[in-house]
Amino acid sequence: MQNPYLELKDLTIRFGHGASGVVAVQQAEFAIEEGESYGLIGESGCGKSTILRAIAGLNPHYEGRILLDGTELPKQRGKALFRKMQMVFQDPYASLHPRKMVQNVLIEPLQIMGMDRKQERIDAILSDVGLDAGFRYRFPHELSGGQRQRIAIARTLIVEPRLLLLDEPTSALDVSVQAEILNLLNRLRRDRGLTYLMVSHDIAVIAHMCDRIAIMKDGRMLEKLTSQQVRSGAVTEDYTREFLAASAPAVAREAAQAG
Amino acid sequence: MTDISPSPRPSTLRAWLTDPHPHSPAQARMQQLWRMWRKLRRNGSALLGLTILLVIACAAIFAPLVATHDIYAQDLGNRLALPSAEHWLGTDELGRDIYSRLLFGARITLYIAFLTAIISAPVGLLIGTLSGYLGGWVDTVMMRVTEVFLAFPSLVLALAFVSALGPGINNAVIAISLTAWPPIARLARAETMIIRHSDYISAVRLQGASALRILVRHVMPMCVPSVIARVTLNMASIILSAAGLGFLGLGAQPPSPEWGAMLSTAREFILSNSYVAAAPGIAILMTSIAFNLVGDGLRDVLDPRHG
Repeated sequence: MQNPYLELKDLTIRFGHGASGVVAVQQAEFAIEEGESYGLIGESGCGKSTILRAIAGLNPHYEGRILLDGTELPKQRGKALFRKMQMVFQDPYASLHPRKMVQNVLIEPLQIMGMDRKQERIDAILSDVGLDAGFRYRFPHELSGGQRQRIAIARTLIVEPRLLLLDEPTSALDVSVQAEILNLLNRLRRDRGLTYLMVSHDIAVIAHMCDRIAIMKDGRMLEKLTSQQVRSGAVTEDYTREFLAASAPAVAREAAQAG
Repeated sequence: MTDISPSPRPSTLRAWLTDPHPHSPAQARMQQLWRMWRKLRRNGSALLGLTILLVIACAAIFAPLVATHDIYAQDLGNRLALPSAEHWLGTDELGRDIYSRLLFGARITLYIAFLTAIISAPVGLLIGTLSGYLGGWVDTVMMRVTEVFLAFPSLVLALAFVSALGPGINNAVIAISLTAWPPIARLARAETMIIRHSDYISAVRLQGASALRILVRHVMPMCVPSVIARVTLNMASIILSAAGLGFLGLGAQPPSPEWGAMLSTAREFILSNSYVAAAPGIAILMTSIAFNLVGDGLRDVLDPRHG
């Protein structure tokens, strides 16, 4: 692969020390091209979200190297890096400050980054995520889960990042709303040329969203596949086959929709 | 861009307060306050407490207007008089009108209670959130100091400070403040430790916010409601401490009409002329109960987890 945008080299993450310590991620490696959508999938507790938090800079205690655009990321991240890379959290009920109006949620990153035309940008981003400007003066508890997740996505995109880390962005939402949010994310990626790294335990979601997929088990990256291989079941590891079989109906439905 | 104002401008205040599509930040905030007020209004006991507090506050503010006598004027010929048309609550051991003294005493009591709250709440909030957010040795040092203050019964600690500083209302305020901040710090620390691991704090960290910004603009606003509720509940014990210091002769000094001091002097006649002691005693009781009721109500209304 020529000049990947995000690259992980030999990433190992431990929690705790000595005998009681747990190795959450072991020698994870992958590379993502600019504009690509990459999926990490596995059962809960397999370390996929841990990788995401390390890349985002929320957990500086990792071994190995994370490269963004060819340069290694320092453990303590600066504002410039946060403008390139943002993260969408799993639970939109927990990721918005309960006391902050939508307008204040969106204006804060602009203030921190020292960006101009604040009001214009807020209006633009709200319409981009499919909310009208009337949402500006609402509080999170007045919004539905889907609306909250749209606000959370707007908050990340308002600083114009190039890489979006998506930590199961739809798993806390109703099934009917999930599709809306996934389609929104797909459209935003097309329109803005974003790169996605998405984590999920839902193979249908990943197959719908991602070009390439890595299967994780117990902190290891077991197998790397393309979405075609997932749909056709062309896998080598037994675990992957079982995993796919368990969610086969969902994938079949997804393949039918895609085809 | 979609149309933002399909509905006509609301005409009445009520419609403005309940409009589901607020048009300005000010309107959105007022709507929040309105919802809180509606919630508080459903809480009968909190409303009762609030009413009592309003009466006491009015008594304190308008004391010179509603008082019937000069509170320092002695009338030794008419000492320890029973309640009458002339003296509504009777007179004390120097023939002073108890009703008028009670009104002016409300000023002192509220002055002590609010000043203490204003000093101790920010101190407790600051120490608690700093300790909880920074963790590590900062947390260890600050919490050990807090525990030292907590280890003493508050009245004993206040006594020690007052005897060092000398008696008087302002020294009583300082002494009570010193004993009032540690529980608030503990509360704020516990809240902060929950808040700092939440996703919305992670999100703002990923926006490049400094620790100071996170603490002041994201953590503290979440702690403030429970601190306010706690301080309101504490008001009762602050008033009792102030009255206790006054009673022991270390708070307000005679002839000041502070309720604790009034109670203290009335103690000598408690068996023969109990109404002299009853008036300030009931005043202290009612104020404490009112603060407790309001504090309970505020805790329910302000809790951010219930929107």
